[in-house]
Formats: sequence, C-alpha cells, structure tokens
Amino acid sequence: MSVMKRLSGIVQAKANKALDKAENPADMLDLSYEKQVENLQKVRRALADVATARKRLELQASQLQGQAQKLQDQAKQALGQGQEDLAREALGRRATLAEQLDSLGTQHQQIEQQQQQLETTATRLQAQVDAFRTRKETLKASYTASKAQASIGEAVSGISESMTDAGMTLDRAQDKIAQMQARAGAIDELLDTGALPDALGTGGDDIQRQLDATSRAGQVDAELAALKAEVGAGAPAQGLPAAGASSPEAAGPAAGDGQEGAPA
Amino acid sequence: MIVRILGEGRYDLPEADLPVIEQLDAQLVDALDRSDEAAFAGTLADLVGEVRHAGTLIPADDVRTSELVVPHEGSTLDEVRDLLAQGS
Repeated sequence: MSVMKRLSGIVQAKANKALDKAENPADMLDLSYEKQVENLQKVRRALADVATARKRLELQASQLQGQAQKLQDQAKQALGQGQEDLAREALGRRATLAEQLDSLGTQHQQIEQQQQQLETTATRLQAQVDAFRTRKETLKASYTASKAQASIGEAVSGISESMTDAGMTLDRAQDKIAQMQARAGAIDELLDTGALPDALGTGGDDIQRQLDATSRAGQVDAELAALKAEVGAGAPAQGLPAAGASSPEAAGPAAGDGQEGAPA
Repeated sequence: MIVRILGEGRYDLPEADLPVIEQLDAQLVDALDRSDEAAFAGTLADLVGEVRHAGTLIPADDVRTSELVVPHEGSTLDEVRDLLAQGS
C-alpha cells in the first residue's frame, strides 16, 4: 500500500491524539498555541545540539587529517632512511585513518541535512506561531457561532498536523544527534586508547621513535667519523655526547661527561 | 491536492501530477519490499524533487491539512519502515 497514504494516516492519527486533551474549541486553541511555542523552543535547542555535534565532527576530522599527514611524512622519512617496512606500516595506518575520514564525511553531510531541516522547521513554526497568535483571539471571540467553530476545528487540525510534523522532525534529528554523539565518542575513545595510533600526538609514537633512533644512529656515526678524523685513530673518544641521549638533537655541544662515550 | 514533505512543509499539487507521484510511491513500496536501499534512496529523492518541482509551497498561516505525506528528505529505508510500523 502507498507509503504516502500510510504516512498520512499516521500523521493524522498523531495530530488527532494531540488534540484529544482539549475539552472545547477555546481550550484547543490555547493548547495548540502553547504546544507550538513549546515545540519551537525544542527545535531551537535541537538546532544548538546539531551545531555542537557538527563542530565536534569537524574537530575530529581535522585531528584525523593532521594525523594522516603526519603518517604520510613519516612514510616519506622512513623511505629516505631505507626503512621500507616502516614506511609500509605508516601508510597502512594512514589508510585506516582515511577510512575513518570518509565515514566522518558522510556523517557531516547527514548532519548538515539535519541542520537544514531543523532550520526550515524553526522558521515555519515561528511564522505559524506569529500568525496563530492573532488568529486564535479572533476565533475565540466568535467561537459561539457555528461557522466559527468549524473554522476553529480546521485551524486547529491544520496546526496540529504541522506540529506533528515538527515533532517527528525533532525526533528524527534527536536520533541522528544521538547516533553522531555515540560515534564521535567512539572515535574519541579510539584516539585516546591509541587504537588509531597517536592521532592526538600524545603518548608513544612508535613509528617516530624508530625514525628518530635511525636518524640518531646516523648522526652518531657521522660524529664518530668526524672525531676520528680529528683526533686520529686509537685515541679514546673524549667529550662525545652520550650515545643514549634522549634528544634527537644530541649532537649539540651539551656533551656528557665522556665516560660513556663509545670507544673509537 | 496537498502533499506534505516531512520536515519541510506542504505543497499544493495539480491533480494532473498525481499519476507521476503515485508511480514513484509504488516504486518506493517496491524498494521497501525488496529492502533495496539504493533504489529506495533514489526514488525518495525523485519523489521529493517532483513534489517540490510540480507543487507550490503553502505558507504557514494557511492551515489546510495534507492528503499525502512524503518521508523526510534523506530518510533511510529503515527509518521509514520504523515510521510505518507506528501505524500498524
């Protein structure tokens, strides 16, 4: 059976149910006015939530992008050092991040659509609230006339249908927001626990450690060669930086005490 | 004939457009029956586009009710299935 007719039936049933509480036409008018104002506030709150969720997605995307770029640079550096396995590892991790980024992109599109629908809903509700505020007083003033009662009925049914639409749109947006938040939370957790390696640049970055170790070893070799040339073979290596110095820039003049210097 | 697109508003459509709308509606039912996500998404987009294109947007202060309701733009098959389940 027709999707549009079934949906219409569902919307009408919800709209009628919302009106069941009202005892008389005047109550109906007041009740639906209050509901409109209430719904408008809810839609505005949902809009703020959507904006927050969107910002969070954008932040995560830029974190992931930064990390992907870093891995790309590391792969290049590793290749430069002749460490193909390490380059492969970096590129593999980068591919995982790219998948995450793709899915964030899809989410971002969805949330933009939510935002747009909620904005439309808010504008529409605002226009409706403004128009209804004056109309309801006019209708109430004359509601004893049978014709006016019919107009009240029509007005209220029409408003109630729009309110139902707004309510359904709100529910949908809230579901989406909850899904996004859950997903954003999961990505944060991945970033934190390092399952997506070092996306925050915190903690140990094993690829960087290996790259640093290799470049440190290279530096030490170069310094040794220079020293050998300077002092001649056989002399103990005085004043060399400690081989295990913590900084990759250990080549500086801040040397160790020489006791641990590698023998030439 | 007044058609509502959820989350968007009501459109006044000429009766002459009804066959096109009904045809798309039938395709939507078919996609639902076959659980064909891609066909569903494509048909829903076509239906939303057709209603917007053929209809005239009704202003908010016009309180006429709709006869047909189109799901939210971008709804998934599962979302619509859940919505329809509320009526059974």
